[in-house]
Amino acid sequence: MTVESWGLLGLFLGVALLCVKPLGLYIANVMAGAPIWPLRAGRRLEAGIYRLCGIDPAQEMGWKRYAVALLVFNALGALLLYGLQRLQYFLPLNPQHLPAPSPDSAFNTAVSFITNTNWQSYTPETTMSYLTQMAGLAVQNFLSAATGIVVAIALIRGLARHSVKVIGNFWTDLTRVTLYVLLPIAFVLALVLVSQGVIQNFSAYKTVTMLQPVTYQQQKVNAAGAPVTDAAGNPVMQTVTKRTQTLPMGPVASQEAIKELGTNGGGFFNANSAHPYENPNAFTNLLEMLAIIVIPAALTYTFGHMVGDTRQGWAVLAAMAILFVGLYALCTSSEQAGNPRIAALGVSQTASALQSGGNMEGKEVRFGIAGSTLFATLATTTSTGAANSMYDSYMPLGGLVPLFDMMLGEVVFGGVGAGLYSMLIFAIIGVFIAGLMVGRTPEYIGKKIEAFEMKMSSIAILVMPLIVLVGTAVAVSVKAGQAGVANPGAHGFSEILYAFTSASNNNGSAFAGLSADTPFYNTALGLAIWIGRFWPIAAVLAVAGSLAAKKRIPVTEGTLPTHGPTFVILLIGTVVLVGALTFVPALALGPIVEHLMLWSH
Amino acid sequence: MKPILRPAVTLLLVMTAITGIAYPLIVTGIAQVLFPAQAAGSLIVRNGVTVGSRLIGQPFSAPGDFWSRPSATSPQPYNGLASGGSNLGPLNPALIAAVKRRIAALRAADPGNDAPIPVDLVTSSGSGLDPDISLAAAYYQAGRVARARGLEPSRVRALIAAHAKGRLLGVLGEPRVDVLELNLALDQIH
Repeated sequence: MTVESWGLLGLFLGVALLCVKPLGLYIANVMAGAPIWPLRAGRRLEAGIYRLCGIDPAQEMGWKRYAVALLVFNALGALLLYGLQRLQYFLPLNPQHLPAPSPDSAFNTAVSFITNTNWQSYTPETTMSYLTQMAGLAVQNFLSAATGIVVAIALIRGLARHSVKVIGNFWTDLTRVTLYVLLPIAFVLALVLVSQGVIQNFSAYKTVTMLQPVTYQQQKVNAAGAPVTDAAGNPVMQTVTKRTQTLPMGPVASQEAIKELGTNGGGFFNANSAHPYENPNAFTNLLEMLAIIVIPAALTYTFGHMVGDTRQGWAVLAAMAILFVGLYALCTSSEQAGNPRIAALGVSQTASALQSGGNMEGKEVRFGIAGSTLFATLATTTSTGAANSMYDSYMPLGGLVPLFDMMLGEVVFGGVGAGLYSMLIFAIIGVFIAGLMVGRTPEYIGKKIEAFEMKMSSIAILVMPLIVLVGTAVAVSVKAGQAGVANPGAHGFSEILYAFTSASNNNGSAFAGLSADTPFYNTALGLAIWIGRFWPIAAVLAVAGSLAAKKRIPVTEGTLPTHGPTFVILLIGTVVLVGALTFVPALALGPIVEHLMLWSH
Repeated sequence: MKPILRPAVTLLLVMTAITGIAYPLIVTGIAQVLFPAQAAGSLIVRNGVTVGSRLIGQPFSAPGDFWSRPSATSPQPYNGLASGGSNLGPLNPALIAAVKRRIAALRAADPGNDAPIPVDLVTSSGSGLDPDISLAAAYYQAGRVARARGLEPSRVRALIAAHAKGRLLGVLGEPRVDVLELNLALDQIH
């Protein structure tokens, strides 16, 4: 690894850590409805919304009602998004007159965006109208992020409260986090992004005259627009010369901001954050990465503040940061080492003052190696499907990192809210294991961890590996699954494993060579996304409800402290062991065998 | 127990109006006033003709122009409507074959230049629209461009240096140069 790649990590983590306390405190105040300035300023609007919607903000809910409200709200969101896509041809703001996507593709996209996954089996610039993007996809970027955050807040309330039946009001929680946290930050970020070159308009696509014409081969089409083949069934090619380039347009910056801030990741364009109109330079790259990390990191402080012991939050943050640095170092050093088969052809991959070097297939020059691998490590540990480089072309171990990041369950910072609630579940499992070792009833933040919590926690943790492994096994066994593979050998297996891991963990990134816009993958991955999101959420809310009802027990000499280095190590150990034990056999069949093949010559 | 359906439906519609209509429209309005050129795509207009965007790359193949990076977009390179990478894995024979083809083309256009070829010149970018090449890739091509245009090599190298972008704060970004801007500047010399 180069000095610059450590420097970039230091700058990034330094700024992110500075934001943790102020933002974490702010979120805690917003969620408590404290009379701070933004909430006073928005009181009229908020009260108006509650009146219009028939919501009584003073009435809190038990966990079951909270879960039902959440599920109904998200299901309706999916219906609306499905309808918007299917009807987009007849709706305004469609200057390219794009037709409706297929039913299976629209289903997959709807489920994917309401769950904060943002898996994209379509090519946005030739599929989605501006209206679908901004009033459908971007809205769910806000609401799915808000959903994740309120579940985390509900779980924290469960730990912080005692002897009560209620964990908050879903409607007011969702409204407040959207109005006072997500919207203002996204607004400022969007304008800064525009100033750097991210586009924001409603124009039709622009045609420009290039300096030099381009000549290429293309399959001939007949008068009806169908591709022509010769008698043997081979495509008939023709040579085409073109002097124009069509540049896609659209309201990109407003969507880009919430795409990163909400750890969503659905690109306005197919190339996602590698596209110069989404991410034009290294400064916007840093800003987008900071937008991804700030809320998941700050929520650890919110947690510590709300349970009345900020050390608890810092311990969780420390475990996340340590895991993150290790994963980044592995990814960066494998990519910086480059591809030995390309080096053998007399190509220079050495880092110098004139080039970043390394494995540049699928990467942008302005980001180089470190700007790409830091983004990749961050986006895959935070369940953000965004990508500024193509992971399918990473070196075997470089590509193993994004895959393994997700297999850890998206708890290294994790998605907004989802990362914290999943990490707290791991903390509960950690104290349970520690309790078994010393023979004491486990407790966490003054709450006894008993059979019900352990059952629900196990469900929350084990659903994901189950869908990933069963889904991958089915896909590699059936023709419809094998048909999508782009790369031969072990790498093809990795593509399928990656797809199910990404879907089940609500990440949304891909080894994008896989042709996933087929009825088989749209349906199978859509189901994996749905179960992977809402099954754990229901289990987490059950834990929250059960914990809230318990009495607080006093700290004694026998209590395992959950704020010191011992606990940090225990937590890291739990996360890594569960992830490694579950997935190492699958990884051995994919990236690990590929790594051995590459370096065995 | 209050019903759930009414707040769910109404709140979804209210939130769609706020985050899906008001928010993007207000951002667009302010962006059009404060940063009109950036919001419209950083377009480059020369003699009344829009020749491209400062941020989106274009393909070049004449010996007198600096070549951009290979692009994997389909069917033609630098297709603005099909951004994306090759997604070829590191062991895929198709990747190695493509790199060999690109090396052969570079060597054929510049006989006698035996320097190692910078990696970004023979690998395709993630977006397929990468506007930049590394400084190493620009200096590698300087001799060929100078010869084809009948310019002093030192003059071409000075032009590269004048358009070079470095690392912000020492860590942000990579040493690079925008190919379209560089070729436009070359055309100005004549």
